Amino acid sequence: MTTISYIDAINAAMQEELQRDENVFVLGEDVGVKGGVFGTTKGLMEQFGEERALDTPLAESAIAGVAIGAAMVGMRPIAEMQYSDFMLPATNQIISEAAKIRYRSNNDWQCPIVIRAPFGGGIFGGLYHSQCPESIFFGTPGLKIVAPSTPYDAKGLLLAAIRDEDPVLYFEHKKCYRSVTGEVPDEDYIVPIGKADVKREGDDITVITYGLTVHFALQAAEELAKEGIEAHIVDLRTLQPLDKEAILESVRRTGKVLILHEDNKTGGVGAEVSAIISEELLFELDAPIARLCGYDVPAMPISPPLEKFYMLNKDKVMEAMRKLALF
Amino acid sequence: MNHKSSAVETTRHEQLGLTDAQVLEMYRTMLLSRRFDERGLLLQRSGKINFHVSGIGQEAAQVGSAFAFRKQHDYFLPYYRDYAFVLAVGMTVRELMLSIFAKAEDPNSAGRQMPGHFGSKRLNIVTGSSPVTTQVPHAAGIALVAKMKKQDIVTYASFGDGSSNQGDFHEGCNFAGVHKLPVVFVCENNQYAISVPYSKQVACESIADRAVGYGFPGVRVDGNDPLEVYRVTKEAHERARRGEGPTLIETVTYRISPHSTSDNDLAYRTKEEVDYHKGRDPIPRFREYLYACGVLSESVETDMEAELAGIIKEATTYADQAPFPQPEDTLKYVYGDESI
Ligand SMILES: Cc1ncc(C[n+]2csc(CCOP(=O)(O)OP(=O)(O)O)c2C)c(N)n1
Ligand SMILES: [Mg+2]
Repeated sequence: MTTISYIDAINAAMQEELQRDENVFVLGEDVGVKGGVFGTTKGLMEQFGEERALDTPLAESAIAGVAIGAAMVGMRPIAEMQYSDFMLPATNQIISEAAKIRYRSNNDWQCPIVIRAPFGGGIFGGLYHSQCPESIFFGTPGLKIVAPSTPYDAKGLLLAAIRDEDPVLYFEHKKCYRSVTGEVPDEDYIVPIGKADVKREGDDITVITYGLTVHFALQAAEELAKEGIEAHIVDLRTLQPLDKEAILESVRRTGKVLILHEDNKTGGVGAEVSAIISEELLFELDAPIARLCGYDVPAMPISPPLEKFYMLNKDKVMEAMRKLALF
Repeated sequence: MNHKSSAVETTRHEQLGLTDAQVLEMYRTMLLSRRFDERGLLLQRSGKINFHVSGIGQEAAQVGSAFAFRKQHDYFLPYYRDYAFVLAVGMTVRELMLSIFAKAEDPNSAGRQMPGHFGSKRLNIVTGSSPVTTQVPHAAGIALVAKMKKQDIVTYASFGDGSSNQGDFHEGCNFAGVHKLPVVFVCENNQYAISVPYSKQVACESIADRAVGYGFPGVRVDGNDPLEVYRVTKEAHERARRGEGPTLIETVTYRISPHSTSDNDLAYRTKEEVDYHKGRDPIPRFREYLYACGVLSESVETDMEAELAGIIKEATTYADQAPFPQPEDTLKYVYGDESI
């Protein structure tokens, strides 16, 4: 085991896959010479050459579309969207093309691409460098969607995504890049897509979340333990397909659930998680399903007090967890 | 001894390196496509199928392009009117019929997609969709792989004139231009995008002019002349193979049929206009040429018409009688792992 940062875990996964499989290549804006605006692809061009860490024109639909074309003839492209906010010009390629290629051709053609997109706020990015766009793609059959919270999951899920036979959207939280470190195995491993992970065990309340807010929940749980409240924390890791079994099992354990995410509340992933719980477990609940999510405003503003107001943090999460525990 | 006079001119097709047998095959493919298309319209009228979209009038442009490519070698991303194109690169009429009847055995999509949404890995015909020009960046991606892997493969992507206004057309062409990719983009300019005429789609005189902005040649060609289309496409194909990058070809044609079986075209264009273009139909024109150079004769033609009628009849009966997909097949192939 080695302790590395979240961003280094992403970089290491790409580096190892480029090394292992000559069909893997990375493409996107500034991913080559500069190594990415966040440094996620640093060193890849130097090690693997310009073609395998390909600087593309500033055109997201082409980045996705070219990757799709390449994937259909046997490549394993990793397409980087510089910010997930700028993924929207590629939405048609992702939803109309990548998601439907296997289905529309009756399994004759496949589209094994990975689209990496830095998402989330808390970095003074303003409206267009802070969004969580997962709900736009969530509910599109044919796509897989992952959103890791730790270096272990970041590396393992990226390796799994690159080796997957279907298109995978890989949302990496910008705020986690350098603020989150953790242990990663030295040997090859993957984190299977479609499997949630229990990040902390407890018997009083269940928290279901993903991405940056996993850390707020874990920090809050440590403090609440001092008050005698033990939280059970589930990190979804994969948003599509959701790990239904893990969701139900974790809620059964405590009878109380808080769903937490940074993306705005209406139509978010939490709404579906909540529906699954209501459909299957309504009579086993000891409290109404609770959700703590981003506000339903178009996106988070840049001004520090506004961003702080929008973003979840340990204290807001702790308050919601305590309220649920005391219900 | 009966020597051929040296004064005999070499024919246009010989000058292009095409044999008599090849031009006859070009003509046969155009005619086969036309007969299929006519049958498709009839089947829709009679309620046998739900929908048909026709390529009538564009056969010369399509066959001229297709003959410049290598079957089961190059990659093809055709658009929904390209029946003659896909027939030329190996699809059969039976397969097309299975597609318009939406039957399980349809190799394009097993009855999932509308007619004209081609796809066949066996024939290197890349699966297509309805949102126009999404295939243009795909073609660039496939051509990028050919370049990366140093493979001698050229990619074809076609689309309509109105569709050349889409962002994906621009993004795909630009990408291919920057990386000098081995791809030929073909705009089949049939003067209309449903009801909207060319003059209300673009302000430039020619779609081919757009290529300048991408740093590669744009060529405008008479799409009713299969030999001229073949000539410019062959040049573009050779440019691509030499590593000189993409070409945009605009084949100027006319959409003789309504946009689709759901369209009443006389609401936006006159019968006189359509009749004028019927008079310039590429099929009788090519036929005349083939007669003039002695490639086609009455007996060859009679046999050909009989052969094609047989093919259409057999394919129609076969597809009509073929089973539909099972209703539950709707659930198949969302992911590679069927347990999801
Ligand atoms: C993105 C998108 N918008 C609208 C449509 C509906 N549509 C289908 S064909 C068509 C006209 C296309 O015209 P053109 O590109 O000239 O091709 P043609 O049909 O004339 O061959 C339209 C508007 C579509 N398929 N895709
Ligand atoms: Mg048109």
